[in-house]
Amino acid sequence: MKLRVNGTDHEIDVAGDMPLLWVLRDELHVTGPKYGCGIAMCGACTVHIDGQPVRACVVPVAAVTGEVTTIEGLSGPGIAARLSAVQSAWIEHQVAQCGYCQPGLIMTAAALLAANPEPGDAEIDRALAGHLCRCGTYPRIRRAIHAAAASLAGDTP
Amino acid sequence: MSRAGRVGRVTRRALLIGSVAVAGGVAFGVWRYRSPYANPLLDGLKAGAAALTPYVRIDGSGVTVITPRAEMGQGVHTTLAALVAEELDVALAEVRVEHGPASKAYFNEAILREAVPFAATDHSGSARRFRGLTRVPAKFLGMQVTGGSSSVPDAYVKMRKAGAAAREVLLAAAAAKLGVDKTSLRTEDGSVVAPSGDRIPYTELAESAASIEPPNDPPLKPAAEWRLLGKAQARVDMRPKCTGAAEYSIDVRLPGMRFATVRMNPDLGAGLRGFDASAARRMPGVERVVTLERGVAVIATNTWYAMKAAGEIDVDWETAAHPRTTEAHFAAVEAAFDGARDSRFRDDGDVDRAFIEGADLDGEYRVPYLAHATMEPLNALAWFRDGKLDIWAGNQLPTQALKDGARIAGIDESQVSVHTTWMGGGFGRRAEMDFIQSAVAVAVAAEGIPVLTTWSREEDMTHDAYRPLAIARFRANVADGRAAALDLELAAPSVFESQFGRIGIPAVGPDISIVQAAWDQPYAIPDCRVSGYRVPALLPVSSWRSVGASQNGFFHECIVDELAHAAGRDPLDFRLDMLTDEVSRGVIEAVADMADWGAPLPAGRGKGLAFVLSFGVPTAEVVEVVDTPNGIRIISAWAAVDVGTALDPRNIEAQVQSGMIFGLSAAIMSEITLRDGRVEQSNFHNYNALRIGQLPDIGVRIMENGPEIRGIGEPGTPPAAAALANAIYAATGQRIRELPLNRVLRFA
Repeated sequence: MKLRVNGTDHEIDVAGDMPLLWVLRDELHVTGPKYGCGIAMCGACTVHIDGQPVRACVVPVAAVTGEVTTIEGLSGPGIAARLSAVQSAWIEHQVAQCGYCQPGLIMTAAALLAANPEPGDAEIDRALAGHLCRCGTYPRIRRAIHAAAASLAGDTP
Repeated sequence: MSRAGRVGRVTRRALLIGSVAVAGGVAFGVWRYRSPYANPLLDGLKAGAAALTPYVRIDGSGVTVITPRAEMGQGVHTTLAALVAEELDVALAEVRVEHGPASKAYFNEAILREAVPFAATDHSGSARRFRGLTRVPAKFLGMQVTGGSSSVPDAYVKMRKAGAAAREVLLAAAAAKLGVDKTSLRTEDGSVVAPSGDRIPYTELAESAASIEPPNDPPLKPAAEWRLLGKAQARVDMRPKCTGAAEYSIDVRLPGMRFATVRMNPDLGAGLRGFDASAARRMPGVERVVTLERGVAVIATNTWYAMKAAGEIDVDWETAAHPRTTEAHFAAVEAAFDGARDSRFRDDGDVDRAFIEGADLDGEYRVPYLAHATMEPLNALAWFRDGKLDIWAGNQLPTQALKDGARIAGIDESQVSVHTTWMGGGFGRRAEMDFIQSAVAVAVAAEGIPVLTTWSREEDMTHDAYRPLAIARFRANVADGRAAALDLELAAPSVFESQFGRIGIPAVGPDISIVQAAWDQPYAIPDCRVSGYRVPALLPVSSWRSVGASQNGFFHECIVDELAHAAGRDPLDFRLDMLTDEVSRGVIEAVADMADWGAPLPAGRGKGLAFVLSFGVPTAEVVEVVDTPNGIRIISAWAAVDVGTALDPRNIEAQVQSGMIFGLSAAIMSEITLRDGRVEQSNFHNYNALRIGQLPDIGVRIMENGPEIRGIGEPGTPPAAAALANAIYAATGQRIRELPLNRVLRFA
């Protein structure tokens, strides 16, 4: 099977019903997407397929036809890469605590801003309702998304 | 009560922590207490590097600060590193921060301070003496442990001293190199600065500094000269946590590694008679099935293959001794009220006489078992080869992981290395060793191959050491608008007995956690008694963020609210009238101010106040709810805390919000129940937590009037449930005495 992840093509040899998450984590060692529940209840595994956020823990790898982007691919290649606006806002607002759920939240937030450049609180809450954060970073998440939206608006010529 | 009476009682009852140490066979004397443990950083130190103290390593490439407490999200690595960096005169962004090795040198000397039966507001000589004495068993137990909101109090002086001692050594090395007097030199930003203005970076002094003995008691900077402490710091773990680069133990990848999972007896504590894994062995990716003490493990090429195969093993489980249903567990708690009393640390006035003619109000409160449900399911990576064992595990008790790893592998502790990674949540769960034990057993069976053993979410949820279930019974009288008498009885299984038992330390004497944050609250009630009853062991139980305060904060502060209403008083004024501690008064008045307490509210809205002093931190919280057609909704929340000295206000704010949200989640929707002896909840669909849309922003005010510096990982949790339940009463007139609240009410 072929799989394109963060701009790189991979040839993989696994059962077709293996969820994308476990291909990423244990076969390709792309560990940014996290295992939290395995039943699409917590959002920690969220990645993009062709820009759309999906729960990698319930998507069989055989069903993946598009390009996969994980948190590692959000800021572009290389160590000195420029962070995405969402990641920068997350750092600026010191959102993460244990941090385990944050890659998934950041991926959903990035997709939200791509679709809706100026989301209100209710839209943020709706978009992120599928995510669980046991540390309770929610108040700062809202602030960070508003900040990212503002910075993206400012970047537009 | 007289001071002599308190000391006599403590001696008579056998001070828990003293007796733990003695019963554990630990002999100690002051002379040995004073002798330090060896510096673990000297083991295998590279040429040209210097381990100036157990907390500071310098080599040609930079300065490394060891922060030997578990980073589970509470920001401890940043704050502890700042303590060292402050005195060492280095920028926080310029140092490497590492958890470091498992070592008794990093024992936590503050962990037992709150385990003595003196209220945090008791500043008497004997209270101080007994708290101070707990350092001795703490050292001899040698436990490198993260918990009890103790990391900052433990590190506050010693890690600044470590930074200051390292700085003195670097100054001496520079003085020798330059041939000048040490007093003519100063330090700035990672360099020693000569009178000429020439700078020598610390990295160039490492080699010569290595042979200089550090001073024992270097002077510390006065707080007025702090550059870092007291100010918000960028967390050292923030960027990697936002780029996917952060490495939790579940993310560690080694060449040739395999992936495993476990399937353990769902009847907690019981073993297995046998199993048939023939189908599992034939499944794709499966390499081996390993028998564990209470279950089986599957080793495969991929975690998912292992999990699929584990589900196909046919196991003949043994049956555990504990009762089969939730109702039967609560019946065991009820029965404990008729048994021997475990503690009565508060007994003011004459409570029996106060109730001769009955009580103005009485009642019963109860709370369920709770799971920790950390976001990162339990896991550990272990590699056993050539008589050596390496363990990678996010854990709160690395010295115990070392001990257990050595025992299971049958090797000496000196052959074990524990790599404590960042953890995707702890909340007390990662102070347990079961997940490390299973990973080591798997690695021993697969000798030569590194194996990451990950518990499925279902195994994690159904094999916790839970927050105990508990019941409170009370009767009370009010008179002239004040609380006149309160008789509070609390029954719960013993966390200390269960937890210490699992690490082989018998816990003798009363378990103070059964009455924690109830007996010691700074309220003056003329006739007041708080009694603890220990329920014989049921399910395994353990510390769950704020331990006994997690249930007793709810019990005590709802009861106080009931008393206020029975007395016909405003709940704020009622509390302020009977408060005996001025620091606590400060936080209650602050939160009332933030919440605009007393302002008129439309029908269907209500504010609830709760105040709990736990882990030495007076914490007041207000929750505002509205009763909507879709259910109760939290629309505002505020908290005020007093930590004595606030080292990083932005992180403290995050921890208070986090603790409060953790408490609100549990209060609204969390419970672990049993059926046929097995835990019924298995994943986040039936053990959920609050989502972003169910919570408002939470205003936090941080105060610094307290006499001592305090930790803040836990104190935000205990008042949350009571503040919410009291708000619901204010909004609806409905007094709910049982958690979770969604058994009775809908939430929007």
